[in-house]
Amino acid sequence: MLDLLFRALIGGLGVASVAGPLGAFVVWRRMAYFGDTLAHSALLGVALGLLLEINLNLAIIVLCVGLAAVLVTLQKKHIIATDTLLGILAHSSLSLGLVAVSFLDDVRIDLMAYLFGDLLAISQLDVYWIYAGGLAVIALLVVFWKPLLAVTVNEELAKVEGYPVESIRLLLMLLVALVIAVAMKIVGVLLITSLMIIPAATARKLSKTPVQMAFIASVIGCLAVCGGLWSSYRWDTLNLLQFNGHF
Amino acid sequence: MSKCLVEFDKIGIAFDGRALLDSINMTIHEGEIVTLIGPNGSGKSTLIRTLLGLQTATTGRVIRHESLRIGYMPQKLHVDPTLPLTVKHFLALVRGVNKKAIEPTLNKLGIAHLLNSQVHVLSGGETQRVLLARALLNRPNLLVLDEPVQGVDVNGQVELYNLIEGIRDELGCGVLMVSHDLHLVMAKTDTVVCINQHVCCSGSPQHVTGHPAYQALFGVPGADESIAIYSHQHDHVHDEHGDILAQDEHTHCHH
Repeated sequence: MLDLLFRALIGGLGVASVAGPLGAFVVWRRMAYFGDTLAHSALLGVALGLLLEINLNLAIIVLCVGLAAVLVTLQKKHIIATDTLLGILAHSSLSLGLVAVSFLDDVRIDLMAYLFGDLLAISQLDVYWIYAGGLAVIALLVVFWKPLLAVTVNEELAKVEGYPVESIRLLLMLLVALVIAVAMKIVGVLLITSLMIIPAATARKLSKTPVQMAFIASVIGCLAVCGGLWSSYRWDTLNLLQFNGHF
Repeated sequence: MSKCLVEFDKIGIAFDGRALLDSINMTIHEGEIVTLIGPNGSGKSTLIRTLLGLQTATTGRVIRHESLRIGYMPQKLHVDPTLPLTVKHFLALVRGVNKKAIEPTLNKLGIAHLLNSQVHVLSGGETQRVLLARALLNRPNLLVLDEPVQGVDVNGQVELYNLIEGIRDELGCGVLMVSHDLHLVMAKTDTVVCINQHVCCSGSPQHVTGHPAYQALFGVPGADESIAIYSHQHDHVHDEHGDILAQDEHTHCHH
């Protein structure tokens, strides 16, 4: 049982640590709705992954990145406002995902687990995925921190100074997609954005520089994971009997 | 003749068939201060954006000298309030910046005390100087300043113009400045170019030193040395689309 909690803690801390700095970018660039859209489409990724029998994490990443590319293309055409476009994409991909899932006769998947996540259901393999994906995201953030920040602060100045603005913007979307793919199983499609933006928004008041804000957001996210696990253990909302039955 | 940094060669820009700029010819040389004036919607910003590579021209081309390095000072700085950022960190974002140059640059612009201030709390004049610092840190040989004195009072304008002139003298760089004010331009401007979709006219500003009406209006000692009134010799008439109405046999530009 403690083993189960420990694995959940390790996985949760990993996700919260990467969600912090990326959440800061989501807040700075006002991409919260964008994150939501990608997250909603992740369910379609799960369904397609099961249908095509490929790795689910991979399917989610491919679908999120694909959707981000579609979004950028449509955005450039200025047919409708971006928030309308995001709304259309978010809910049509969510409903397509639900439909696709219902077609999977021979596979039984726990829809609730994908929508709301299940921290206690993570396997050892999931933990590896979280840490491999998380480290990749952190490494990219560290290497590209300055261009990412320069483009976020002011795109025109960044462009005049010679930063490859378009590629940097795409990189940020890729990173968001990666975090969503990695975090989905734990926090669920509907709650991923909150794990990214709530710690970052809380960190804002406590920080004076962008690096501080990113770091504090990670710490707050980790504290929230610890607090959540502790309180569910304390007040027994884990439904341990049910879990003991599973294992 | 000093090096020609930029040449606009018959630049034309159209959006949905509506011409914003029409056959603009213009040059900027090293060490030269050029002020671009024109009414709202005349295409000043569009022309600047074309030079900066933020906008592509429909026709014509921008010929840039291979050594061209632009320091751009935008009209205003909007940093999202959710993003904590000090002046120091803002300036450190310049691509390939020499971090040791940040403090001397701020000193030169008289804003060394702002180093650790948040960019959100700066006044209009302070923001302009911070933006100028960022432009300078890019080690430019051409400064592009989009309405640098916007929202700054006349005293502040005089100071800012003196600063810009000092920078030109020190770096020997070219300066391209945009002003929406048809009458107040920098006295040290070498060339004033007035555009309204096309180049209306260009030339040097008249010196109006010690003009009583001018001083009565602004009451700023020294202002007359830095700000001159450019007499706008409009010898043609525009219709509401900015097109030139045929008036007489003369060509419409006197240089």
